[in-house]
Amino acid sequence: MSILDKHKIIEKNATLLLVFSFLVVTIGGIVEIAPLFYLENTIEKVKGMRPYSPLELTGRDIYVREGCYVCHSQMIRPMRDEVERYGHYSLAAESMYDHPFQWGSKRTGPDLARVGGRYSDAWHVDHLTNPQAVVPESVMPKYGFLKDRMIEPTHIEQRLETDRMVGVPYTDEMIANAAADFKVQVDPFGDTEGLLQRYPGAQVRNFDGAPGISEMDALIAYLQMLGTLVDFSTFQPVASR
Amino acid sequence: MSTQNKKHPDDVETTGHSWDGIEEFNNPLPRWWLWTFYATIVWALIYTIAYPAWPLISQATPGVLGYSTRANVRADIQRFEQMNAPIEAELVKTELTQIPEQPELMNYAVNAGEAVFDTWCAQCHGSGGAGVQASGYPNLLDNAWLWGGTIEEIHYTVSHGVRNETDPDARFSQMPAFGQILEPKQIDQVVQYVRRLSGQEADAALADAGAEVFANNCAACHGADGTGDQLLGAPNLTDAIWLYGGDVPTLTETVTNARFGVMPAWQPRLSEADIRAVATYVHQLGGGQ
Repeated sequence: MSILDKHKIIEKNATLLLVFSFLVVTIGGIVEIAPLFYLENTIEKVKGMRPYSPLELTGRDIYVREGCYVCHSQMIRPMRDEVERYGHYSLAAESMYDHPFQWGSKRTGPDLARVGGRYSDAWHVDHLTNPQAVVPESVMPKYGFLKDRMIEPTHIEQRLETDRMVGVPYTDEMIANAAADFKVQVDPFGDTEGLLQRYPGAQVRNFDGAPGISEMDALIAYLQMLGTLVDFSTFQPVASR
Repeated sequence: MSTQNKKHPDDVETTGHSWDGIEEFNNPLPRWWLWTFYATIVWALIYTIAYPAWPLISQATPGVLGYSTRANVRADIQRFEQMNAPIEAELVKTELTQIPEQPELMNYAVNAGEAVFDTWCAQCHGSGGAGVQASGYPNLLDNAWLWGGTIEEIHYTVSHGVRNETDPDARFSQMPAFGQILEPKQIDQVVQYVRRLSGQEADAALADAGAEVFANNCAACHGADGTGDQLLGAPNLTDAIWLYGGDVPTLTETVTNARFGVMPAWQPRLSEADIRAVATYVHQLGGGQ
């Protein structure tokens, strides 16, 4: 019985064909995906990475909800032009707490992986409200309504717990204090000691300059921390990568 | 008039399939196609040996060519840095005020400075440096400077920024929110006084009364004559140049709630040569002193 005749058995049996097709795809998937979970150099260890603070995480959800990722990537590729424009190329560790990640190369607007600290809060408010007021050539839509949408940390504990289920190392303490941390991050005169201890490097300001906590506050808190956590003056790239 | 295939059926065997009497020739695959297919298989194997590919226990095979994206980008950047290194060293060494005296250095500084400006500064100060009128982003083309328009002062401002939280040496001054200090009536008076100072239409009676309010509250920073003080970043109020606007509602808002414009410090992000280049570029835009 030649191999072609054996092949005929598979081709004439739809169920068998399905089973073998599935097997082939599975092997391909295992070879491509499984090593990423155990190879030690997939995510190199860097100092400074921490989970998002409750306010930053809320801002991130607004970023995703408004579809910012459709035009903005958060992945600086290792190429000279990108490094010179945006800063150090992105590391896998920098998005290890992102669910979902914001990688990509389709950029209608600039990459935002290191936008934190690049502009003042007031600029972000002006720019989100009317991008063309500060950058006349911009094609970005207006997001001024975010300033009028006040938010409360109603479900923030559950939000953190959900991220913990998929592997973000939120501690019980972080979850218990989530609502308080959420509120204190926009209050420069509040007791921020706990927040800064749990989320080192968190920036505390009234981000939108207006009373109360609006979606604008949360979004700017998120934008202003992007790419600021890893100290690249001490970062040594692994030679094998 | 024959409907039969020109090819003689005896040349090629059929596959043996027969559907309703229709049979299928078992022609061999085109030779060129087959060999291309084999070549791609061989190429794939060679490629995985040459470049990083097969996942092993702790990392993937590095490949015999030693290819590394990170090493490539580092080498690429270094190549250009080395090309610019001599002139950048010269730029860092030269006194800021002497840069315009040296045509070659000046040419480099202005061109490099423009590239830095377009990447890092244009978003607030506009791609031409004209700022955003009445929004608090200063125009860099005119003669009005909040913190000084000499090349050294510009260099300091670019290095440390204004009122940011990251640089302890940032330029800092804070106008009080007079809404909590003055009566609404006094604010109306001082607004009219400032309008008269800047040569705009003003209510004479209110402006007269505002003179005293100004002397008691504003003169300490803005000067008795209202011409400002660059050491304090206090703007000149006697000219027609306004950072936020010189109309009555805007002035009232400014006096009541004050302003707090922030500029990031660029020292952590840009090299000294880049900062000097962009300071030189801004200085020669037209307003430099």
